Amino acid sequence: MDALRRKTVFATGQSSATYLGWADILILLGIATAVYLGVQLASSAPVSLARAEIDLNPQVLPYYALQSVGRMAAAYLLSVLFSLVYGYMAARSRSAERVLLPVLDVLQSVPILSFLPVVVLGLTAILPQATAVEIAAIVLIFTSQVWNMTYSFYQSLRTLPRELREAASVFRFNWWWRFRRMELPFASIGLLWNSIMSWAGGWFFLMAAEIFTVGDKDFRLPGVGSYLQEAANANDTTAIVWGVLTLVLIVVLLDQLVWRPLLVWVQKFKLETVEDDNPPTSWFYSLLSGSRLANWLNQVLVVNVVRAVDRRLGKARRFEPAELDRPLHWTQHAARFLALLIFILIVLALGIELVGLLLSVPLAEYGRIAAGTVATALRVITAMLIAIAWTIPLGVLIGSSPRLANILQPLVQIAASIPATAFFPLIVLAIVSNGVSLNVAAVLLMLLGTQWYILFNVIAGTSAIPKDLRDMSDLMRFKGWRRWRKLILPSLFPYLITGLITASGGAWNASIVAEYAEFGQQTYDVIGLGALISEATAKGDFGLLTAATLTMIIVVVCINRYFWRRLYRLAEEKYRME
Amino acid sequence: MALATHGHGHKPLGQTLVDLRKVGKHYGRGDKYTEALRGINLTIREGEFIALLGPSGCGKSTLLRIIAGLIGATEGEVLYRGQPLRGVNPNTTIVFQSFALYPWLTVQENVEAALEPLGIARLERTKRALRLLDHVGLDGFEMAYPRELSGGMRQKVGFARAMAVEPELLCLDEPFSALDVLSAESLRGELMELWLSGTIPTKAILMVSHNIEEAVFMADRLIIMDKNPGHIVAEIQNTLPHPRRRKEKAFLTMVDQIYAQMVGKTRTEAEELGSAPGEPGLTRALPEAPISAISGLVERVNEELTNKIDVYRLADEFVNDYDEILPIIEAAEVIGFANVEAGDLSLTPLGQAFAEGSIQARKEIFAARLRRVPMIRWILSMLKAQPDQRLSWDVFIAALSREFPAEIAERQLDTAVDWARYAELFSYDNSDNALFIEVEQPIAQAIAQPNGAPNDH
Repeated sequence: MDALRRKTVFATGQSSATYLGWADILILLGIATAVYLGVQLASSAPVSLARAEIDLNPQVLPYYALQSVGRMAAAYLLSVLFSLVYGYMAARSRSAERVLLPVLDVLQSVPILSFLPVVVLGLTAILPQATAVEIAAIVLIFTSQVWNMTYSFYQSLRTLPRELREAASVFRFNWWWRFRRMELPFASIGLLWNSIMSWAGGWFFLMAAEIFTVGDKDFRLPGVGSYLQEAANANDTTAIVWGVLTLVLIVVLLDQLVWRPLLVWVQKFKLETVEDDNPPTSWFYSLLSGSRLANWLNQVLVVNVVRAVDRRLGKARRFEPAELDRPLHWTQHAARFLALLIFILIVLALGIELVGLLLSVPLAEYGRIAAGTVATALRVITAMLIAIAWTIPLGVLIGSSPRLANILQPLVQIAASIPATAFFPLIVLAIVSNGVSLNVAAVLLMLLGTQWYILFNVIAGTSAIPKDLRDMSDLMRFKGWRRWRKLILPSLFPYLITGLITASGGAWNASIVAEYAEFGQQTYDVIGLGALISEATAKGDFGLLTAATLTMIIVVVCINRYFWRRLYRLAEEKYRME
Repeated sequence: MALATHGHGHKPLGQTLVDLRKVGKHYGRGDKYTEALRGINLTIREGEFIALLGPSGCGKSTLLRIIAGLIGATEGEVLYRGQPLRGVNPNTTIVFQSFALYPWLTVQENVEAALEPLGIARLERTKRALRLLDHVGLDGFEMAYPRELSGGMRQKVGFARAMAVEPELLCLDEPFSALDVLSAESLRGELMELWLSGTIPTKAILMVSHNIEEAVFMADRLIIMDKNPGHIVAEIQNTLPHPRRRKEKAFLTMVDQIYAQMVGKTRTEAEELGSAPGEPGLTRALPEAPISAISGLVERVNEELTNKIDVYRLADEFVNDYDEILPIIEAAEVIGFANVEAGDLSLTPLGQAFAEGSIQARKEIFAARLRRVPMIRWILSMLKAQPDQRLSWDVFIAALSREFPAEIAERQLDTAVDWARYAELFSYDNSDNALFIEVEQPIAQAIAQPNGAPNDH
């Protein structure tokens, strides 16, 4: 696998803005409004709710696992659809792009977990409870999966080589042929890598979304996540082990039976016209392509269906691509102005109420929010420093040996897909029985969730150091620290930054589950922004919940803009091997 | 493949296909306004093979895309068979420089993909694709993917795909320039055979080329363009009989004549230099040529006893595409090292002194001349006006963007820095993204205060 592809896999420092523009402020206001609306809905949710019983018998696990995977799959399908539509809209017109890209950019730095109470309660207010909780879980997983996929698809559409696009026009492809012959194949590799990442992220939130208490309202859905938490509550170690094993098994099976074969298959959509010396392999894919039955099924189910679709859609009117910088008609100007005006009016109207809600939060609570933000920031930094400390030496070791890298990389990939939240019950048990401080546990949980991205990128960065440079360093007898300082660290820098950006976002998000735990009648928490959000949720204190959530959104967006983006740009300009 | 002995093989001219009337194209508004083409009048008739030649940036590819309907003109009329053209022209196809094959489709699927949107039934599609692939000699490669083929074979797929839709007008956008010399030559011969023998229904061919010999070898009419903004400067009829032989005197004369037309004649110093950005008058863009190429050129010409060389020979010796040699010649003219007249390049006394000088002497000669170049003079005066003689790259880009499109502004400043660094006039600091004037530092002092760590063990 080449370095370039990996870069696109884990690149989260996407658009290049390194400050907050007026558009961002508007978007933040829009999000604040949405949060407020959700909270309003949430506070009107019905009070007493029946709770689904979670069976701790390991025999039900396959059934639970199926439900969880079903939820994930539903959210994933939704994500793919959304990505295609949104990506198209953003790539097709300059003016849509100007609005849609900043929105995407802010949305993907939003800590999704803090939205959970708002989403769940908001939906229970308007839908029957069972449906509402199910939809809430899917929506939540969707919001954790969708942004990077959308960005990847958009990016692919924008980077399609000009001559390929022109060929499509000259040969009169309509929208369907463009999509099927050109855009989808071209986007497929990026979309697949991002799908893999999205599933890993989705598991994390699924664990949290399946069981959930707000004030006296208790929501649960049968699934692996709720099983694990219930097991922890019942102090049933055997059940926890069974649950974790099931989860690992699902992750491994999906990796081996779905993602790996797909990875092998999409290689044919590579644009590079040279062969890869080290293409990915999959035993399952080889098995399938050698099987007559599979080929027959493929012919019957896939090829024929695609042909039928081709016949229907292939005749549609030819799509005439608009020139991107065509001047707008005055009606378009007017429509756009009107839309903006309406948006601003809505935001203003709700904003006034929102401000009222925020003002109702006592000043002392804002003091706690400020202190919590600092405390959580310190925990995030600690977790990342620990992650750097162990992943760099190990990653460089693995990355320096192609043989080792080939063996270990799939393992690292799987490890990265196992959600840290699955281990949360174990950690809670450790706190209860051994008196481990929650401070340590919180950092540990953040670490579990984020270190893999860093390790992955360090390995990629090391194996991307050109051989000439290694040889030259050998000739100049660069050894020990000098070798690290002159060769390894500068080469790693861009990769490390890419990994850290993903890790940082993940760690902030994890704080919501990591800093607060309920066990039996007892509540364990530490000072932290995440703890505040969880506490407000548990108590049903919507003012505090809104204030803390908005704080986290703003903090994370600002850290991304003012810190990571700048470092990323420096890395791109100065340390990228080209 | 040998060329068909098709007599003197000129096709009789038929009806007018394309008629361009005062066509112009501009982009953007206000500060970002750039004019790509102005006042283009051109007709293409059945039976014609036309080549478009001109320096890069003269808009020949834009013109080709306007005729194919990929881009709309902003001024004038584009008529096809007497009707105004709207949207993509259904009677044309393009063969692209980069082939533009879909790498995820096999050779056969690539050709069929062009037929699918026409609503041709599957069996007929396959039949037609196979026939065309056979035609261009790709029999047996139908199931291969483009990445398994050599460049020449990939372009054959490009031709087969274009011919599959049976266009009246075949547009070729530098179709041979991404190929190795031998593949290009054989493909040219094969195309000429298909064209002259009339085995393809194509009525006319329009080719953008970077290679004068190629154009003279193939085309009946050569349109020569120049830039700022793109316009037609000359049309040359080529009545040499087919098959044309490159070493024949008439052939060489025509190539030489076109080179002379394209390199023009060195003008007076004031005209060559133009004015600085922000000043009245036309800002002269620096020719984008690296220092090493300029000194290489001067040294090569200095080897001649007469200090004079035919531009055509120079191009023939070093590069195939005139696009690479023109900016270097232009740079030598601007700096005052060489004069061009009637297709001959001769060194000035200064150029000779430069060619024979030591490294230090060369730098001094170059620096002295560079101070006269308005763009460099302008940068120097801006820097000197600063207390620390340092100014951000972006400031210069902002100023240059008023004169040039953004990407050209970047390249202009790159060239200026390349030249000025060599002449030690000013330099660029990567750490703070700024241009600065270097303070004189004697070598002894530089050694005494090394920047890097000493080589300890």
